[in-house]
Amino acid sequence: MNNKYTRYVAAPYLIWSVGFIIIPLCLVLYYAFTNADGAFTIDNVADIISYVNIKALLLSIAFSLASTLLCLLIAYPLAVVLSSVISTNSSILSLLFILPMWMNSLLRTYAWQNILERKGVINGFLTALNLPPLYIINKPPAILLGMVYDFLPFMILPVYNSVSRIDKDLINAARDLGAGYRDIFFRVIWPLSLPGVISGITMVFVPSLTTFVISDILGGGKILLIGNVIEQLFTQDSDWNAGAGLSAVLMIFIVISMVITSKYDKEDIR
Amino acid sequence: MQDKLIDLQHITKSYGSSTILDDLNLYIRENEFVTLLGPSGCGKTTTLRIIGGFENPDSGSVIFQGKDITSLSPNKREVNTVFQKYALFPHMTIAENIAFGLKIHKKSTSYINDKIKYALKLVNMEGFGDRMPDSLSGGQQQRIAIARAIVNEPKVLLLDEPLGALDLKLRQDMQYELIRLKNELGITFVYVTHDQEEALTMSDTIVVMNQGYIQQIGTPTDIYNEPQNTFVADFIGDSNILEGIMIRDKLVEILGAKFDCVDTGFGDNNPVDVVIRPEDIDLIEPEKGTIEGIVTDVIFKGVHYEMCVMARGFEFVVHSTDSFSVDSRVGIHVDPFDIQIMHKPESDDEKAVEIYE
Amino acid sequence: MKKTLGHIYLTLVLIFLYAPIATLMILSFNSSKSRARFGGFTLAWYQSLFENEEVMNAFRTTIILAFLSAFIATVLGTAACTGMVAMRKRSRNIIMGITNIPMLNADIVTGVSLMLLFIAARATMGFTTVLFAHITFNIPYVILSVMPRYRELNASVYEAALDLGAKPLYAFFKVVLPDLMSAIVSGFVMSFTMSLDDFIITHFTQGPGFDTLSTKIYSEIKKGINPEMYALSTLMFLTILILLFLVNYKPWSKQSVGEIKIRTRKEIVVGSGRRGAV
Repeated sequence: MNNKYTRYVAAPYLIWSVGFIIIPLCLVLYYAFTNADGAFTIDNVADIISYVNIKALLLSIAFSLASTLLCLLIAYPLAVVLSSVISTNSSILSLLFILPMWMNSLLRTYAWQNILERKGVINGFLTALNLPPLYIINKPPAILLGMVYDFLPFMILPVYNSVSRIDKDLINAARDLGAGYRDIFFRVIWPLSLPGVISGITMVFVPSLTTFVISDILGGGKILLIGNVIEQLFTQDSDWNAGAGLSAVLMIFIVISMVITSKYDKEDIR
Repeated sequence: MQDKLIDLQHITKSYGSSTILDDLNLYIRENEFVTLLGPSGCGKTTTLRIIGGFENPDSGSVIFQGKDITSLSPNKREVNTVFQKYALFPHMTIAENIAFGLKIHKKSTSYINDKIKYALKLVNMEGFGDRMPDSLSGGQQQRIAIARAIVNEPKVLLLDEPLGALDLKLRQDMQYELIRLKNELGITFVYVTHDQEEALTMSDTIVVMNQGYIQQIGTPTDIYNEPQNTFVADFIGDSNILEGIMIRDKLVEILGAKFDCVDTGFGDNNPVDVVIRPEDIDLIEPEKGTIEGIVTDVIFKGVHYEMCVMARGFEFVVHSTDSFSVDSRVGIHVDPFDIQIMHKPESDDEKAVEIYE
Repeated sequence: MKKTLGHIYLTLVLIFLYAPIATLMILSFNSSKSRARFGGFTLAWYQSLFENEEVMNAFRTTIILAFLSAFIATVLGTAACTGMVAMRKRSRNIIMGITNIPMLNADIVTGVSLMLLFIAARATMGFTTVLFAHITFNIPYVILSVMPRYRELNASVYEAALDLGAKPLYAFFKVVLPDLMSAIVSGFVMSFTMSLDDFIITHFTQGPGFDTLSTKIYSEIKKGINPEMYALSTLMFLTILILLFLVNYKPWSKQSVGEIKIRTRKEIVVGSGRRGAV
C-alpha cells in the first residue's frame, strides 16, 4: 500500500474539500468584508453592534449558555446512573437515548408545540391535578426547552462515554485509600470525565448558539436569535454581505470552542 | 485469641445461582505473609475483596482486631489494597497518587512530602514523583501502587495478583522485593495468586482454595510435601496421583504391588489416594525395583530429565538427573517417606479440610 | 434506595425524550385534522399518505438524495483514506484537519458558505446543489469511520498477499477492502442517516420547487402540518426500530452495523479527535 502512486487516490477528495469546504469559507469572509459593489468594508461585521443584532447575539449566548448548563445538569447524573446503578445491558439502554434522533428533528421539536400549548398535554395534566396551568409556548422557556430537548443526546453520549470508561478499580482504589463519596466524585470521577464534559459542552453550545429552527418553531417567530437574523438576511432579504458579516462573527465563537475541544482532547491522550 | 488479626467466620457469598464462597472460615495472624492460592474462579479474589470491603458477604462476619467490620465501608478500614491492574489515577502525577490517601486524611504538607519521599525510596523509585502513571512500565506502576497503599500505614496490605501482568523475569525480581518490603514494614500481607511458584516462594502460610472451599492451609513445605488431597497435590507442582489400598498402617498397595510408607491412621484395607512427586521416584535396575516399567519418553529440561515410565498400565512422570533411553526397562523404587497417602474425597465438592497448624 | 432513585431518574429523562415521539404517533392516528384535540382513532392518514403526491415526492427525493450522497461520499471518503495512509504524517494531519471543519462548524455557517459558493458559481439551486452539499457534509463521517480501521489494519496481511504473488490492486480488493468493509458500511449508514435528517444545510442550498421531507415540514409548520406527515414519520421511525432490532439480535453483524446505532455525528468527532491525535 506504500506504492508511491497510492496517495493520489486521495486527490478527488482533496479537490472536493478545497472546492466545497475551504473556498466556501473564504467566500463567507470575502462577502463579509466587501459591500454589494465588491469594495472592502468592515460595516457588515461591525453591524453586529447594531441594536437588533447585538440583542439577538446576546440573547443567543444567554440561551446557549443556559441550554448547555441544563444539558450538563441532566446528562451528568444520567451518565452516572447508566454506568453504575444500572448493571444490565447498558448498551441497549444507551441506545434508547439515541433512538429519538431517528425521527425527523423538526417534527419532534414541533410536537412540543402540542405538548406545551394552552390546552396541550401538560396543561391537561396540571388541570387534572388542580395545579395552575403553564403558559410557556412562544416564550423564552419554550425555546430553552426545545434546545435542551434537541441537543441533550449530544451531551449524554460523550459524558456517558467518559464516565463509563472510568475503571471501576480506580473508584475502588479511592475508597480503599479512604475517600468518601464527595472525595471520590471531585478527586476522581469529575476530573477523569472532564474531556467528555468539554466535548459535550461544545457540542451543545455551538448548535444552541446558531439555531434558527427552534426559535422559529417554539418562539412563535417573535423571538429573534442571531441564527434567525442570519437566516432572514440570506433567504428573505438576499443581503449576502450583511449575512456573511454576521456569520463571520459567529465563526469566531465556533473557532474558540474548537480550540478548547482540541486542547482537552490532547490532554486526554497525553 | 490475641493472635488473630483478621478472622473470617462462616463467610458465604454467591452471585445469582453460583456460589463463590461456601461457609468459609479463615484467620490471619499479625505480621504474616498469607497467600490465597487457587485456580481462577476458586473464590480467592472474592475473599480478598470481602476483607477489603468491596464486597459484602451474604452471611458470616469479618472480624478485625476483635471488632466486627463486616459492613464497614472500605474507606474506613485499616487495610489497603494493591489492585491487579495497579489502578493508578491517570490524571495525577506519581507524587499526587501517593499523596491521595494522606490528603483525604488531612495530613500536613510536610508530612505528606516526607511520606512520598520515604515511599518512593522504599520501592526504589526515587525521582519519579513528577512523572505521570502512563509513562511508567508495568513493573514501575506496580511499585507505585504498593507505595500508594503503604504510606497510609495499613495494618494489612491486600495484593490481588499484583504480578500477573508482568513478564517472568520482572515477576521473579518483584517476588524478592515483596519479601523485603514485608520484612521492612512488619505488616501483614494477604496475597492472591494462581501461581504456585509465587506462593511457595513468598508465603509464610498458603491457603489453597478450590470452588469456594479451602482445601488446605499450611506452610509452603507442608503444602508441597504433604498435600491433603488430590486437588492440592495436583495443583502444587507435578505429581503422580494413583489409587491405592491401605493394607494396614505403613503399608499401601499400589498397582498391585506393596509399598512401605510412613502414614498411619487410615484403617485397614481402605481405598486411598496416593501422591508421589516426580523427583521422588528412583529409577533403578529392573529386578531391584518394587515394580517394573518401560521408559516411553525422555525430555531434557536443563536441570533434570523428565521421563515417562509406563508401569502396569500407569504412566509415571519421573524427574531425574540420570537419563534412561526410550524403551529401556527400569525398576521403580520410592522411599517410604516420599509416599503421601490421602483420604479419598467424600463428595465431588471435595469438602474443605479445616486444619490450621 | 439508590437504585430506585436511579431508575426513576432514568425514566423521567426517557419520558422527556419520547414524549414528542409519542405525541406524533398519536397524532398520526387522529381522525380530527386539527392537532388540538383527539377526534378518534383512524388509519385514514396512512391510506391517503400514498396518494399525496407532494409528500411522496418529497419522500422519494429525500431517499434518493440520502442514498446518492451517502454512496458518493463513501466512495470518495474510502479512496481518500487509502491515499492518506500512504502519505506522510504531516500532510495526513492537514487533510484530517480540513475534514473536521464541517463536523465542528455550525450547520448554518456550512449552509450559507455553500449557498455563497453556488451563487458565485451561478449554479441553479436544486437537486444537484443539495446533492453536492450533502456529499460535502457526509464525507467526514465516512473518513472518520474508515480511517481508524485503516490504522488498525495489519499491514503484513497486504504484504503477505503480495508475497504470495498477488498484484497490488488484486491484493487491495481481495485482502484490504474486506477488512475495511464493516467500517465502510458504518460510514455509509451514518452518512445516509445524517442526510435523511438534515434540514439547515438543505434549506440554504435548495431551490424553488425542490423539497425534502425536512424542508417540506419546515414550510408547513406555519400553516399547520399535514397529518400524513406524522404517518410517514411514524412509519419511518418504526422501520428504523425494526431494522435496529434485527441487527442487534444477529450476533454475526453486531460488530459492523450494530456499532452505528450508538454513534452520532458529534460522537464520532470526539472519538476520532482522540484517536487522530495519537
